Amino acid sequence: MKINFNHIQTAHCENGVTVNLLQHAGIPQITEPLAFGIGSGLFYIHIPFLKVNNGPAISFRTMPGLIFKRTCKALQIPVVRQKFRSKEEAQRVLDNCLKNGQPTGCQVGVYYLTYFPKEYRFHFNAHNIIVFGKEEDNYLISDPVMEDFTTLSSYELERVRFAKGMLAPKGQLYYPKATKSFDEKLLQFAIQSGIKRNVRDMLYIPGNVAGVSGINYTANKIRKLRDKLGVKQAGLYLAQLVRMQEEIGTGGGGFRFIYAAFLQQAHQFIANDDLLKISEQFTQSGDLWRSAAVQASGIYKGRITAQSDFNEMANYLDEIAMLEKNAFKNLSQIKWNN
Amino acid sequence: MKKNNIPQDKSALENYTKDICYALDEKGNYTTVASSGWEVKSTALDVTWNEIKERISNIKNKVIEGEVSPILFFMEVKLMDIKTLAAYTGFWSWQVKKHLKPANFKKLSEKKLQKYASVFEVSVETLKTMELDENKL
Repeated sequence: MKINFNHIQTAHCENGVTVNLLQHAGIPQITEPLAFGIGSGLFYIHIPFLKVNNGPAISFRTMPGLIFKRTCKALQIPVVRQKFRSKEEAQRVLDNCLKNGQPTGCQVGVYYLTYFPKEYRFHFNAHNIIVFGKEEDNYLISDPVMEDFTTLSSYELERVRFAKGMLAPKGQLYYPKATKSFDEKLLQFAIQSGIKRNVRDMLYIPGNVAGVSGINYTANKIRKLRDKLGVKQAGLYLAQLVRMQEEIGTGGGGFRFIYAAFLQQAHQFIANDDLLKISEQFTQSGDLWRSAAVQASGIYKGRITAQSDFNEMANYLDEIAMLEKNAFKNLSQIKWNN
Repeated sequence: MKKNNIPQDKSALENYTKDICYALDEKGNYTTVASSGWEVKSTALDVTWNEIKERISNIKNKVIEGEVSPILFFMEVKLMDIKTLAAYTGFWSWQVKKHLKPANFKKLSEKKLQKYASVFEVSVETLKTMELDENKL
């Protein structure tokens, strides 16, 4: 049993699942940048006191699951979502979806994902894939970060659907119902509210760890890092930061470019030239994130280790914070025509 | 970033997939380019793995010296923390913490040892001896 399904590779897994499922549900206009922007995907948070793999807990995007949820809601598409206690029930419901011709999104853990390179397999449980068919004991899988289709045996799929630990997926599956009517007016409105919500998330969350102020928070940590941890541990800390920033499926510098692309695409639906100008600001920010990563790599390779090198890294982040603050301020000042 | 500046370095993704990157084309419009990897990124991953391997070998020594039980060794090999291990085995976190002490580990029943062994994908015998092909880590 195989559903006629078009696999599009994307930069980020949740965007990809959203795009692939929504296109199947009858919205051919949707693209990765649009889904990311409408879902207000751009974010920054440095969670204090929490360690991930002995490094800092930093996220460059919004909470897992929100991009899909918000995008569907904004486009007025009802979503079916289900979690399971029993593995048998989880498989039965999935098989039923496939029988009804419904490609189905699944939240999975990465650690036991057999088709991923071993180096990338950590206990990260908020990866997203689409199951779109079953041949004998093998499920046909569309993983948005893979170039092509792949497969998992029913045991392998069950294992990743019931991965355990932080953000355990609990067999969660979800899919949008097919849409009856869809017009561009709705898309315009969805773009606007996505931008407004993103402005709120980046500028107005109280405290100093979330949004642009979170970037300053990390910068301040980095200035103190060398004295606090020593050069070697500080290097590991920065390596972790870069992995969070650039890793497959969680790219942070990359998210800035996706957001810039979103504003360009938004311009096709809302003819406001400010969008294009602000898009350039995000491109600049993405470039700076990459320069910061290069600086960090100098430190974790042990090539540059002076306090001034850490300061320079921190300065990059402060500059980024300033830039993104201005960009979001500009976005908040856009006059929408309706 | 411009399309032509997308790095095409060697990385662990080779033979698996490529990264999709958003970049500007000649006209200043965003487009996507497949990248085989970026050296800055793959070094970050290498550094992390070297650190993990170092930590594992330190822990192995500690087990041999009788400071901690082999469970900590396998926990690190499987990249787990106490909470994750507790979730996979079905024990409580405080029980797992208790089992990390060699004295308590020696008292574990065959059944409990089997639980750990199957989560770590080894035999009970290996769980006790830690005889593992370390190249497979």
